[in-house]
Amino acid sequence: MKDDLFQGYKGKALELLKKYNVRVWGQAMIDTTRGQFNGTVLPRAENDDDQHIVLKIETGYNVGVDISTITEMKETGFKKANYKIPEKDFPYTENLPSVKLFGTGGTIASRLDYRTGAVIPAFSPGELYGAVPELADICNLTTEKVFAVFSENMGPEQYKKLAIAIGKEIENGIEGIVIGHGTDTLHHTSAALTYMVQNSPVPIVLVGSQRSSDRPSSDAALNLMHAMHAAGHSDIAEVMVCMFGPTSDEFGLLHKGTRVRKMHSSYRSTFRTIGDTPLATIDRKKITPIKKNYNPRRKDRNVTIKPYFSDKVTMMYYYPGMKPDTLDALVDNGYKGIVIVGTGLGHVNKELYPAIKRAAAKGVHMYMTLQTIWGYVHMFVYDTGRDLMAMGIVPAGNMLPEVAFIKLGWVLGQTDDPEEVKELMLTPINDDITKREPYNGYLVYQGGIPEVEEFIRKVHK
Amino acid sequence: MSKSIDSRKNYEKTKKEIGYVARKDATQKDYDRIGFMSGLEVHQQLNTKEKLFCRCPAGVFHENDDYDAEVIRHMRPTLSELGEYDGTALMEFKTRKEIIYKINNETACTYEVDDTPPFKIDKEALEIAIEISLLSKLNIVGEVHITRKQYLDGSIPTGFQRTAIIGVEGEIQLKNKKIRLIQLSLEEDSCREISDIGHTRVYKTDRLGMPLIETVTYPEFVNPDEVMEGCNYIRFLNRSTDKVRTGIGAGRQDVNVSCKGGTRVEIKGVAHTKWIPELTHNECFRQWALLNVRKKLKESVSNSKKWKISSKEITCAEIGLKNKIVIEAENNGEKVVAVNLPGFNGILSHFTQPGKIFLDEISDRLKVIACIEKPNIASFEALENKLSKSESEKLAEVLKAKEKDAQFIFWGPEDDIKTALETIEERCIMAFEGVPNETRKSFADGSTIFERVLPGADRMYPDTDSAPIPLQNSYIESLKKDIPMDVIDRMEQMKKWGIPEDTFTYLLKNNLVPLIERINKELKVDAKFLGTILGHRLKYIEGHYNKSVDFDYKIIYALFKYLKSQKLDFGIAREMLPILYQHPKMEFESVLTSLKFKKRNKEELTAPIGFLKEKFKETGKKKTKENEINWVMGELRKQAVGNLDLKDLRKQIENN
Repeated sequence: MKDDLFQGYKGKALELLKKYNVRVWGQAMIDTTRGQFNGTVLPRAENDDDQHIVLKIETGYNVGVDISTITEMKETGFKKANYKIPEKDFPYTENLPSVKLFGTGGTIASRLDYRTGAVIPAFSPGELYGAVPELADICNLTTEKVFAVFSENMGPEQYKKLAIAIGKEIENGIEGIVIGHGTDTLHHTSAALTYMVQNSPVPIVLVGSQRSSDRPSSDAALNLMHAMHAAGHSDIAEVMVCMFGPTSDEFGLLHKGTRVRKMHSSYRSTFRTIGDTPLATIDRKKITPIKKNYNPRRKDRNVTIKPYFSDKVTMMYYYPGMKPDTLDALVDNGYKGIVIVGTGLGHVNKELYPAIKRAAAKGVHMYMTLQTIWGYVHMFVYDTGRDLMAMGIVPAGNMLPEVAFIKLGWVLGQTDDPEEVKELMLTPINDDITKREPYNGYLVYQGGIPEVEEFIRKVHK
Repeated sequence: MSKSIDSRKNYEKTKKEIGYVARKDATQKDYDRIGFMSGLEVHQQLNTKEKLFCRCPAGVFHENDDYDAEVIRHMRPTLSELGEYDGTALMEFKTRKEIIYKINNETACTYEVDDTPPFKIDKEALEIAIEISLLSKLNIVGEVHITRKQYLDGSIPTGFQRTAIIGVEGEIQLKNKKIRLIQLSLEEDSCREISDIGHTRVYKTDRLGMPLIETVTYPEFVNPDEVMEGCNYIRFLNRSTDKVRTGIGAGRQDVNVSCKGGTRVEIKGVAHTKWIPELTHNECFRQWALLNVRKKLKESVSNSKKWKISSKEITCAEIGLKNKIVIEAENNGEKVVAVNLPGFNGILSHFTQPGKIFLDEISDRLKVIACIEKPNIASFEALENKLSKSESEKLAEVLKAKEKDAQFIFWGPEDDIKTALETIEERCIMAFEGVPNETRKSFADGSTIFERVLPGADRMYPDTDSAPIPLQNSYIESLKKDIPMDVIDRMEQMKKWGIPEDTFTYLLKNNLVPLIERINKELKVDAKFLGTILGHRLKYIEGHYNKSVDFDYKIIYALFKYLKSQKLDFGIAREMLPILYQHPKMEFESVLTSLKFKKRNKEELTAPIGFLKEKFKETGKKKTKENEINWVMGELRKQAVGNLDLKDLRKQIENN
């Protein structure tokens, strides 16, 4: 194939490579007005310009050569790199639990992609074992690649597929399930699976990594070990997210799939349980429960799979001065369910009232959640709240906005009867709404305060 | 029972066998005989305001206990871009180190601890690096690609150093030859180590991420002094831009050495250029010695492919061991292991470096790879921690050793024994090959110890977090305009001026030649005089007085300008400099007052000469013409300084 010879090159750079008969992975001697460059021609990322040729020089570094300076080029050899994690058969160990790993993409296991220059997922039990041999001491692992998409491309179709696949595995007697997932929308998927896979007799653990596994400091290996440990050995048979507790390589946290949220764009310890404490801490040796009440592991296989989702659901993040036509537009486009993310205790401005009324008249289901992330919607406190409720907006307690969105989609996939919708929405499933908020459910400490500084110095963040 | 060896005698005998000569007695002939070959990697911090990939300040440092938080990491090896694991990475993984970073909020943000991706490369640093690349006659790349270079020792929390090639294939001109350069890279500096004990290594992150350049030469140096000359040249070249950091740790170098039939060994982090000759000399002979070890092993071991160590866990009582260190270790729950090395009789005490033997090569690796603190080894063939004859006889018996074998014991925590045994066997098998590829840590006395396995090109990986940076011709041309004169031309210039050569190092190191040139040109002060006053007097002052933080060499220009405007003799600068060095903000006039200087004309100064000559006769000194002149000079000197050139004064005395 012609394209393969000049992987990623286009325009002028491609012309030049063709002119001098130099291929990608060819060893090249390039004379330029800036002197000579020798090395292996590497593929070029698609989004980079057509003005440079990338070389790996003998010392292992990459450099770009400006094509406008090139006076002569010669291919002196050819050697294609074979980027492959060493594959080894995952060993079977008597007495270890059987765990299934579902791959969905993301950075839990990844390798370099020359097309974009970024990392893409790579996944097989052999590869995983090659990269993290410790897994063999935790469980007997089988894997299945359900699909390969980046976290941000996960959606209802993927949730449904996953739920069905999980149901099958449980029926077949698996003892724990791990789902490798990109971190961006990990908490959306964990909520979706909580609703779609109910009454699971085994742990269902979602895991990702904040640093791709192609770097030595990656959190992928430790997260995987923790997740496998939780899936195979923990007594908590719920849909959970397992990610770093502190940013240090020390322990992980098991979060309820409905109460967890990604709270930092890049920290390892980005996932936090909101408005409650996590389920447990976990390290390679032990699981230490924090919450006393949870759904325990069972021997039976009585799982209920409810793979429903309506895509006529949306979210509306309120901002001061929002015009009614924004809401009208959503309704006019046929959206049946809207999760409003309101200010304070759950408010939007008066200007929106007519639009809200129009939406309610058209039978749109509207639920109020909070921009504050923490706390409950309290719509009785101020007149605004009461007005909004009177117009048909239903307060969603302390359900997280993303969770409410997923839940409403799941509910509207089953019914559009307002009372049934309301009943389903407000009946707590796995603590998506909790009865009470403990004092240690909201802890966002402020740096700079002496006692906080002292704490940080002593305890690894 | 193994043959009894006098370790000290065997050390001396093998040292002679390989023809070791001390450096002071060594000639080029000696180096040619063993095939001395060396190359350099010179690191230099750049003087930028901020770090390379984040906006933390550069050049702010903290004490070890001045930190706000700690982060822990463990490093795992990953594949290179070409799909290989790197040897060093695997070794570091074996050590199972827990790495603790001490973070100070002032100098580290979430980037340093790898909790946020890199920000754009510091423009100031990139510019300085290109400027120095141009000075080094390197071919500047068309596009800068950030590469990740794996470091699993934990010195960088990401597990890799972000580094980028700026130029390739350059050269520097030494006195008698040209040395070619392989490349110059711009990279982020690593953490500073606080401690490394057992399985815990502690770093601080103040230096981490500061911009650093690395100039790499081809291995074209053929003797230790040449390596030092080359290193000095590169450092002077860097300094000549006035845009690099100075002071402890701002410039460091790694020195690669090999001997004929040996292999590239990298001596890491040589803090002082003056250490280079002794270090390279010893390393070359160490390799030469290891080749002799190989030769001897070939004679005593018939099938090296099947060669294996044997070992046995023992107790001190079992062999009647009296060594207190080992007994204490045993009492603390550590394990004692006896090891037999078939065919190694006389090898353990084979000379490797002055004061060191082959057994040290094993002991060093036990410390680094198995994390067993020293002392960790004892043997009949040792120079220190020697086993007695009866102890070693018992040891040989326990191990069922044969005549040509050698034995030793080591001790350490139970968890580390497996790695230790693997490490021992690995190192001994390497002895059949000759010289292991490794990096070594240097000491002031010229000796080195094993640091880690030498990493290769397999530890490189493109940085997927950053985009390539194109370098346009116009940009490079604009930078070319500002680059300083070549160091070799500066040297020629100084020679032409007649500045004594013993000042060159000091003047180039501190980049003072442009200052001399400016004062000479603009104020018409003699360049040779300036070279001497800076290269001798100022150097002396630096060594004997405390420097004020405000002192800047620029003040020297102002000083001469003042002296010229006041029509004072420039010689008084010698007296004024120590005061200005300590109090640079003092007015020049006040400096003169503090020196009790009074303005006098030539007539006033020379008037008392006749009277003083009479007075000389009353002194008890021997009445020679020379003594007379010196005595009168001494009497008048103080008043004359600044008013009259002392040579002129002398002439006046002679002719009076």
